[in-house]
Amino acid sequence: MNTSPADSGILADKNPLNFSKEQIMDPSTADSGMLDKRRLQTVKKQRLQDFIFHKVTLSFSLIVLVSLIGLLVSLAMVAWPTFKKFGIEFIWRVEWDIINEEFGAAIAIFGTLASATIAILIAMPLSFGIALFLTETCPTWLRRPLGTAIELLAAVPSIIYGMFGLFIFAPLFAEYGQPALQSTLGQMPLIGPLFGGAMNGIGILAAGLILAFMILPFIAAVMRDVFEIVPPILRESAYGVGCTTWEVVRHIVLPYTQQGVIGGVMLGLGRALGETMAVTFVIGNSQRISASLFSPGSSIASTLANEFGEAADFHLSTLFALGLLLFVITFFVLAAAKILIIRTERAKGLKT
Amino acid sequence: MNQNLYRKRILINRIGISLSMLAMALGLFVLLWILSVLFINGFKALDFNMFFHSTPAPGTEGGGLANAIVGSLMLVGFATLVSTPIGILAGIYLAEYGDTSKTAEITRFMTDIMLSAPSIVLGLFVYAILVAQVKHFSGWAGTIALSLIAIPVVLRTTENMLRLVPGSLREAAFALGAPRWKVATMVTLRAAKAGVVTGVLLALARISGETAPLLFTALNNQFFSLDMNGPMSNLPVVIFQFALSPYDNWVRLAWGGALLITLTVLVLNILARVFFREKISS
Amino acid sequence: MSDSPQPALKTAIQIRNLNFYYGKFQGLRNINLDIVEHKVTAFIGPSGCGKSTLLRTLNRMYSLYPGQRAEGEINFYGQNILDSSQDLNLLRARIGMVFQKPTPFPMSIYDNIAFGVRLYENLGKGAMDERVEWALTKTALWNEAKDKLNQSGLALSGGQQQRLCIARSVAVKPSVILLDEPTSALDPISTAKIEELVHELKSEYTVAIVTHNMQQAARVSDFTSYMYLGEMVEYGETSRLFIKPQKQATEDYITGRFG
Repeated sequence: MNTSPADSGILADKNPLNFSKEQIMDPSTADSGMLDKRRLQTVKKQRLQDFIFHKVTLSFSLIVLVSLIGLLVSLAMVAWPTFKKFGIEFIWRVEWDIINEEFGAAIAIFGTLASATIAILIAMPLSFGIALFLTETCPTWLRRPLGTAIELLAAVPSIIYGMFGLFIFAPLFAEYGQPALQSTLGQMPLIGPLFGGAMNGIGILAAGLILAFMILPFIAAVMRDVFEIVPPILRESAYGVGCTTWEVVRHIVLPYTQQGVIGGVMLGLGRALGETMAVTFVIGNSQRISASLFSPGSSIASTLANEFGEAADFHLSTLFALGLLLFVITFFVLAAAKILIIRTERAKGLKT
Repeated sequence: MNQNLYRKRILINRIGISLSMLAMALGLFVLLWILSVLFINGFKALDFNMFFHSTPAPGTEGGGLANAIVGSLMLVGFATLVSTPIGILAGIYLAEYGDTSKTAEITRFMTDIMLSAPSIVLGLFVYAILVAQVKHFSGWAGTIALSLIAIPVVLRTTENMLRLVPGSLREAAFALGAPRWKVATMVTLRAAKAGVVTGVLLALARISGETAPLLFTALNNQFFSLDMNGPMSNLPVVIFQFALSPYDNWVRLAWGGALLITLTVLVLNILARVFFREKISS
Repeated sequence: MSDSPQPALKTAIQIRNLNFYYGKFQGLRNINLDIVEHKVTAFIGPSGCGKSTLLRTLNRMYSLYPGQRAEGEINFYGQNILDSSQDLNLLRARIGMVFQKPTPFPMSIYDNIAFGVRLYENLGKGAMDERVEWALTKTALWNEAKDKLNQSGLALSGGQQQRLCIARSVAVKPSVILLDEPTSALDPISTAKIEELVHELKSEYTVAIVTHNMQQAARVSDFTSYMYLGEMVEYGETSRLFIKPQKQATEDYITGRFG
């Protein structure tokens, strides 16, 4: 920079344009606009408004938070007598005797986990297939209508699935499905007993199947959404080196979208665990555990829906204890889904 | 080139693709099956009486769903009135202040969980804090339960939609010297209006079909009632009770009711889609 | 640029020892600069050089984002912009900004302009109408927009939208207007109109413009600063900087030999 001897001192270094000192105006006297009284008042008012706005929106989000915490606390309070009487053992007691007030959650937990597991085992591969079809092989003109159809079906109320299961599916399942299963899978060692016993259409397996088709559109929609996130460049370069569609999905799309896929499945699982209506209609509502998936059982949600109306006092408390357990189970499944997603994302971030 | 390897790859690809098409076909088949059953049985059950008569007493002929339809409208209507402002304001908080606040982070996490948490548990909660205290079921209790389901939907959609608003638009408003609350309400929220409406419609659709939480809150009422302080009839619970009943006319009404709520839910979903698309195109 | 002897130059903004950080990354290094009142100052340089960052320190736009901070001093008519006690809303009403992409608010053309004015002034209907017309006339938009004042700002073309955004800034009557690549999303005809506008504006406002188009800087500005990697390489009168740059790096950049 061209420094002339006239510009000596500190100012010279900080004055790249080489003005003389006189040319730089005295800043203190200029532009009183910022100190104008009316404006200062406006500023004061705005600060107050911003403060109120912050607090108001904050308090509404606190309402949400507090009601969730209140939910846990109130469930625990009503459920307290049950845990006081049976202790933590309540969870694995295989007993549900309303008259003698002997209760345990094991039957309902078993029914809940069994039906949800069946549902996930069936829904996961099917929804993967659907998502794959919609994103990779489906003709473009069909993508939108089929995708919308799947999304709309995810919105069909669960009670519809229950009615369908009870009135349409169960009779057909008893007549054709269950005999077929018994004569094939039922003859195999180890898993044979799962498909034994009376065939009346309703039961844990039927509940699992209905649940599977209820959560299917939900998981498929999530998977399709995450598959579509894959940058076209990645996909195209894989095709470019001669990969088949299957290989592209297996080695590019799936690894890239791993977290989303797992998240979708876990969310589906969360739904399946807590679903009431679709299950209550077809699970058979009997309080026992049996080796056969054909036999009727009950889930936590179905027990609640069925018995709440007649329950009083201690029985009511045990139902709340069941509800608390259901909430805790789904909470952990959903929280695990979220944390898994976050962790995978972080790992990906580190790699690149 | 190794011909065998190539052939094997092609074969695996064919099997994979075929299986995926099969999955699509199976999924579509089952789902269309469910819908066609619903539409056939539902339309068979639909008639004018359904809208003008209340639910029949056990063993009596005829009857309709008038009390349940009105009850459902009131429950869902009030729940929308309660959940929309709460969801939107809390959503604004998460979008505006959510990056620096611990409260926001926890709220967001909890809301995400609530989005998929079992609705029946929410019914238990409202039973414990309200029904058990006043010792009777009520429409208000049902409204609160439905609101608790709707709030997370509205909240998260609002937050997401606000975050979709280009940062430059917010900055432009700040650049004029606008205070935060004006930027948030007059610029960002306005720009995200269509998306927020979508969220409200989706929440409406979600609670329209909810049954489980109403079992413990609004319960049911055999008679026509506009009293939100007493038990209130509503479509989902009527469907649940009637479908499992031994009376033919009750089961018929259950199908009719099922068709009504499904149509409502589908129409709301389609409306939400239309709103959202308009937003994308503008 | 005028050939007549220049009147005394006054400084509107003095930047001293300015450092800027995005978290741990340093975006600006020891910037010293005087922005001259009622002149157009252009900032040029390759993308990522910090020119936009510098502009965003002048109205503290970066304060919206946690993790971004500035050190040093920016003296604006006697007030340090970087002071933590600085009221940001008031500051931004005094130092307006126009962005790369047009950002009309989702409201009518009229309200787009009135929005900023209403923040600090209580104008009656008539006075507000006048102000809107004045701002739109100033940005040569009045004739095109006067019949559709009640239509959405989004109904205008891209170039018109950008002029609307400038009108919106002007309407608040700030003393400085910052333009962050205002023409990069526009066609050549709209660009020419905006450049013309910039020329007009400097009679009443101090203008700072960021551009990656060197010809644009040469056309519209009185002073130009070339920045590279967060540092100010050279700063001087535009006519001199483009004809006789003092640094090799500047010369390389403006002759296109850069990179």
